[in-house]
Amino acid sequence: MANFDLNDDSLVVIIGSGAGGGTLGNELAQKGIKVVILEAGGRYEKEDFINDEWESFAQLGWRDMRTGSGSWQVATDFPNLPAWIVKAVGGSTTHWAGASLRFKEHEFRTQETYGNITGANLLDWPITLADLEPYYEKAEDKMGVTRTNNIPGLPPNNNFKVMAAGAKRMGYKEVHTGRMAINSEPRDGRGSCLQLGFCFQGCKSGAKWSTLYTEIPKGEDTGNLEVRPNSMAIRIEHDDAGKATGVVYVDGDGNTQRQKARVVCLAGNSIESPRLLLNSASNMFPDGLANSSGEVGRNYMRHVTGSVYAAFEKPVHFYRGTVMAGIIRDESENNPGRGFVGGYELETLSLGVPLMAAFMKPGGWGRTFTSALDQYENLAGMWIVGEDMPQQTNRITLHSTIVDQNEMPVADVHYDDHPNDVMMRNHAYEQGSALYKSVGAVATYPTPPYPSTHNLGTNRMSEKARDGVCNKWGQTHDVSNLFISDGSQFTTGASCNPTLTIVALAIRQADHIADAMSRKDL
Amino acid sequence: MRLVDKRSKYNRRTVLKGMATGAPAAAFAGSMGLSIEDAWADSGKALSPATMKTLAKMARDIYPHDFLSDHFYIVAVMPWDEKAAQDDALKGVIEAGVAQLDSLATTRFKAPYAGVGWEEDRVELLEEIEDSEFFQRIRGDLVVSLYNQKEAWPKFGYEGSSFEHGGYLHRGFDDIDWLPED
Ligand SMILES: Cc1cc2nc3c(=O)[nH]c(=O)nc-3n(C[C@H](O)[C@H](O)[C@H](O)COP(=O)(O)OP(=O)(O)OC[C@H]3O[C@@H](n4cnc5c(N)ncnc54)[C@H](O)[C@@H]3O)c2cc1C
Ligand code: SF4
Repeated sequence: MANFDLNDDSLVVIIGSGAGGGTLGNELAQKGIKVVILEAGGRYEKEDFINDEWESFAQLGWRDMRTGSGSWQVATDFPNLPAWIVKAVGGSTTHWAGASLRFKEHEFRTQETYGNITGANLLDWPITLADLEPYYEKAEDKMGVTRTNNIPGLPPNNNFKVMAAGAKRMGYKEVHTGRMAINSEPRDGRGSCLQLGFCFQGCKSGAKWSTLYTEIPKGEDTGNLEVRPNSMAIRIEHDDAGKATGVVYVDGDGNTQRQKARVVCLAGNSIESPRLLLNSASNMFPDGLANSSGEVGRNYMRHVTGSVYAAFEKPVHFYRGTVMAGIIRDESENNPGRGFVGGYELETLSLGVPLMAAFMKPGGWGRTFTSALDQYENLAGMWIVGEDMPQQTNRITLHSTIVDQNEMPVADVHYDDHPNDVMMRNHAYEQGSALYKSVGAVATYPTPPYPSTHNLGTNRMSEKARDGVCNKWGQTHDVSNLFISDGSQFTTGASCNPTLTIVALAIRQADHIADAMSRKDL
Repeated sequence: MRLVDKRSKYNRRTVLKGMATGAPAAAFAGSMGLSIEDAWADSGKALSPATMKTLAKMARDIYPHDFLSDHFYIVAVMPWDEKAAQDDALKGVIEAGVAQLDSLATTRFKAPYAGVGWEEDRVELLEEIEDSEFFQRIRGDLVVSLYNQKEAWPKFGYEGSSFEHGGYLHRGFDDIDWLPED
């Protein structure tokens, strides 16, 4: 395993080891490039994962202080937990459910397709589906996505069977057990899914792809990748020419360290990445590093979400088996006739009793609340994932008074639903409820959004430097050796789960960085 | 389909063993049928027995599950005594909150909160203090401390950790048998 010197200025330094950072690190290491990944969280291997919702959250969850503001429901329900993401080696790919979908062609050019939507800051991506297709293929192969590369779909569980029966009655056509980065048969040295039902708590069997036990050890095996856990980056530094020179971080013992770098790649997820840029303001970059456009932290997207749970007369035991056990794709088309632009996916979801109690109706109590929970074993459930509108005022800012353990201002996450988001969510609630009623649901429960698991767009890609933070390679417009390598580079969010696209972009970015380094452009 | 066994996992032998090793009363209250009215709250450090019992009653009224014995509510509120012993401000919040609840109850129903006979009437009182710091702290803690009790999960039909049982692959992940065939 590599062990690089703090003064080694030939390195690519990546901040964050999740979907973006972990993938990029391995890809570069495979090409012979020397990489250090700084990861704020600890390193827990699969054996350490815990089949218990709150204990697991305490182990892996990002629990450092954040604040929420704006009119979104989450700011009221979970004022200090705007997002449900991970602080650990592997990032949120330890928690994630594995749903791996490609963007649709028009989802790269929503400004053109949807036209002018008041209040929305839509912009077309500087790349097209065709540009990304070869990388989607590589990502699907790397992650072992079911229903690609001749990998069979996962078997249907009880929760999916209920949804599929209802989907049939609703006339939905594209209904299946998903494209999942979960092994339906042994592959890549990992076994197949045991239907544990704790996908959100870290997959103890390793059937689900996570950078923790795929990309990262593969990169480490090359001798070119060093991962430093418990290393929280607090500042990116630059020289007089405006080039990044290194990263200041606080190590596990609370000591401040300075790692020099030839290239810096930021992959801390869409709240921490802009926070770090804003906290790296200097005389040369008074509004934050790479922020000449003023767009750093803005256009925060989190998908239109919500859940529909439904109680039946007989048991479903929806917690048995994969959490996201299948999908309905019919509503994901752009069909403005429904009263909103963009579309949404419906994906099964289940929670254990502890999280169900916390999320079903936050703040709720009394018999209305408990009569729903009394139905726990008879519940089926689905989650809504739809495209939300980027808005300039939905943004990450540095809190004016509250700081974290390193004296760094905490992030405030401000979000207001756009009218299009509200229309879409209500439509999905109605469709979901009707679906379950069609197969005999005795009650349905429209459940408000959870803290954000998908966080996107806060350092967005743009053709022109004035419209966004980075170009089509994720390279920041202002600082040539500083890259954005996570979901914060998304120009818009599409109707599907983001991780496959984050991974595809990371593979593509690795090619670009390697080429540029060999041409001495970096 | 494979159903979940909802019977209490406690049996007489473990209860007796528990007693011999001096485990706290609440640990076996469920199978003993110990209820809020009994003497479990007598050895508190900071909060009076009456306060602890009011908290337990309140807990049941906030999250009433008729299939859960008092045991679970008692376990859920027990930690407040220890927390109050270490935090005077918190102790003040709890004592003032309970006093307010009791005085509202006395005015309206001529009995302290825990002595008001019908849940419906007690809930009316809780609704009045719903926005107070006292209520919010009790409820916010309870939603974790009640539902995070592993012994309660089978009663909801939830089986908890599954890795040590090899997951649900061979234990009913797809055994639903009542869906319409069409
Ligand atoms: C419960 C859950 C379910 C999900 N299910 C799905 C799904 O089915 N499909 C899907 O596509 N997506 C899913 N997601 C989302 C998916 O996990 C994320 O989109 C993806 O992991 C984001 O990748 P990332 O690289 O941007 O950030 P992450 O994977 O979150 O990685 C960021 C890493 O950076 C570290 N970091 C942050 N700041 C610093 C700093 N200053 N210094 C050092 N390190 C830092 C963090 O600790 C973290 O480890 C889910 C997420 C959750 C939480
Ligand atoms: S259900 Fe499958 S993917 Fe999910 S945790 Fe279990 S083994 Fe892993």
